[in-house]
Amino acid sequence: MQDILKEMVDAVRDPFAYGRKLKDDTGKKIVGYVCTYAPEEIILAAGAHPLRLFGTTGTIERADAHLQSYCCSLVRGVLEEGLRGGTDFMDGMVFPHTCDSIQRLSDLWRMNVTRGFHVDAVLPVKLGTQSARQYMIDVLHRFRTDLARELDYAVTDANLNKAIKLMNDIRRLLRRIYELRSDQPGLMTGDALYTLVKATMVMDRARCREILRKVVEKMETAKSLSEGDTNSTTGITSKRLLMAGGICNQPQIHDMIEAAGGAVVWDDFCTGSRYFETLIAADKDPVTAIADRFLKRAVCPAKHAGLRNRAEDLIHMAQERKARGVIFLYLKFCDPHAFDYPYLKDALDQEGIPSLLLEVEDPLPTEGQLQTRFEAFLEML
Amino acid sequence: MPEKNENTEKNEKDRRKIKAVKKMKEIMTFYYIDAKTAAENNKKVAWITSGGPVEPLIAMDIIPVYPENYGAMIGASKMGVDLCEKAEAMGYASDLCSYARCDISCATVNGGPIGGLPKPDMLICGNNICGTVLKWYEIQARYFNVPLFIFDTPFCHTGFYEEMRRYVRSQVDEYIEFLEKTTGRKLDRERMEEVGRLSVAGQRMWQAVLDTTVNKPAPMSAFDAFFHLALIVTLRGTQTAVDYYQELLAEMNERVKEGIGAVPNERYRLLWDNLPIWYRTKWLSEKFAAHDACLVADTYTSAWCGSLRYMDENDFLNSMAEGYTRIYLNIGVDEMARSVCDMVDKYGVDGLVIHSNRSCKPYSLGQYDIQRIVEAKKGIPSLMIEADMCDERMFSESQIETRIEAFIEMLTRKNRR
Repeated sequence: MQDILKEMVDAVRDPFAYGRKLKDDTGKKIVGYVCTYAPEEIILAAGAHPLRLFGTTGTIERADAHLQSYCCSLVRGVLEEGLRGGTDFMDGMVFPHTCDSIQRLSDLWRMNVTRGFHVDAVLPVKLGTQSARQYMIDVLHRFRTDLARELDYAVTDANLNKAIKLMNDIRRLLRRIYELRSDQPGLMTGDALYTLVKATMVMDRARCREILRKVVEKMETAKSLSEGDTNSTTGITSKRLLMAGGICNQPQIHDMIEAAGGAVVWDDFCTGSRYFETLIAADKDPVTAIADRFLKRAVCPAKHAGLRNRAEDLIHMAQERKARGVIFLYLKFCDPHAFDYPYLKDALDQEGIPSLLLEVEDPLPTEGQLQTRFEAFLEML
Repeated sequence: MPEKNENTEKNEKDRRKIKAVKKMKEIMTFYYIDAKTAAENNKKVAWITSGGPVEPLIAMDIIPVYPENYGAMIGASKMGVDLCEKAEAMGYASDLCSYARCDISCATVNGGPIGGLPKPDMLICGNNICGTVLKWYEIQARYFNVPLFIFDTPFCHTGFYEEMRRYVRSQVDEYIEFLEKTTGRKLDRERMEEVGRLSVAGQRMWQAVLDTTVNKPAPMSAFDAFFHLALIVTLRGTQTAVDYYQELLAEMNERVKEGIGAVPNERYRLLWDNLPIWYRTKWLSEKFAAHDACLVADTYTSAWCGSLRYMDENDFLNSMAEGYTRIYLNIGVDEMARSVCDMVDKYGVDGLVIHSNRSCKPYSLGQYDIQRIVEAKKGIPSLMIEADMCDERMFSESQIETRIEAFIEMLTRKNRR
């Protein structure tokens, strides 16, 4: 398995190096984005490669001249990379509208990072009405036109349908991997799983599909082998957990949880299930179909799809995955998630599902502190 | 002799006092009594965001109540820290907007000024000011179990497009349907037109009041504007607001004629950016006045008349789609900077005072760029104050005092040159 994943591990370790190499090797144009409301299918159909930015692994210096310390480390980190020149190889950047901080990041990027084009996709915030649906479709049409202009590439329906098929395949494969792992957490470490999800946002998507297929094959074989082996203890002893939040930029958290005797068996993350849940209908006008997925998929809390849907979904997820507890992993200064926390926690409490809140910033605090909190939480379960 | 001096000082202070303040207090008292007794009078109460489309409410005799205005009252009466701490005990992070924290905890406890706000029958959330209000109103909709209408105004990074107009315009109709359904009454279209005209008239009048500070000395300061703002926020679309601002305008014009300034020896004219620091307005006002500095204009109070150019008083419902979408906080940082530069020219400003407000990300993120742009284009110095509009724990008096003094020194040096 490690051999199969190596390519992905390398890509996630240095997404920019990967992007530069991909560009050199294939001549593909690279388009950066920051959240899963970026319509990747349209970027792919425009002949370009969508590359997600996850902040910075370096120290933040240049961005401090543009953003206050009470802005989250993801937004400050992305701007840092733009200002530092880390993203200079990219041909452009797209900003779908989500939270207040990313909204301003778009402005600051446009004003200060002069390399490459800049496109906004000002998606609706409320998702449940007919007029919002129409507006979503209109925005995506505008996005398609903007991208075709900036990349000088005809975004045809045929290309869109091809991209939809590719991304749907990836979504199905990711979901399959999650399911296999949920059945038997020992099949893959949490760290490896999150590397894999992130890699699909970094790597050439067609190549990802190949790798993910191999991963699924391998996992299925391992699963059937272990099913015949009555002595197998794969994943049986660990306490099953869910994780929920924005992005998971801290793979070492999974090692800590596993060392403490837990296993994250499903998640509600932007770098997790929100990326792959809900497929795009294949039998519709492609732009409408992409819009409809955005309206139907599990929301980021910066979007509105109802008053209780997020709690209901989380409880459903916990029950379906037989999770014994939930860990909320929030990025400090992430307002939409922080506002939802008390209501989600209450809803879980009412169902008798314990939860733990971790507010983190890049880089993480010393390992000891977190380890102790995980141990205490898992002991309580 | 000292007695005489005291008398002159008192007379001088009286002369400088804005007379309309008394009337304003009366109007706001009546307004809150009306709101608090709504249920007894068979009237409905709608909680609405400060940038929300209030006019249809007025036209339907629904009483609009503004949690943000209440947040300002909480801040000014220094109850913010207590209420914020209560919200934190409920699980809300201390980094969240202090208005939201105060309002959320206030709803669950019997605390806060005027014994709390009257309970809402419905909630109207306009997200043209921030994404925070969406989360805040979702929380209140769950707590009070009342219907929520979201007026979704797409953010205008670089422009306002046709599809945005269509989307917001259809929401105007959806909004009216929502109100008709919630109240079981029909909107009187003629009355709506009248309210639309009054809203535009009120905004024009408020702009005219703010414009009197182009005069030297400025007859009022931003600190006065923070106070007199209440009506254009809460009673926009009523004759009361128009009449009041007419009276205030007359008083300001009179002061201009007599050369009465807000600050006795106005020497430096400053522009304020962001929300007021409600628990320290008096302190700040006195600090600046002691250095003969007057805050002659601000980006905050002008936001309630800033999109007048998109409003058509004779076609209000159609034009409000654009008017409510293109407000100051719903535009790109570069356009905000241009707007600040225009204000610097218009009001003859010598320096910029920026409140970096932890509570308000859409207003504050981007201020460093605005600061640099304005300094470069207008050649004026600036001061940045790190604080929070309601949470006094974020205010460091000695640090801010030192910064103000250094800033004034810079202005003085620049002036000497």
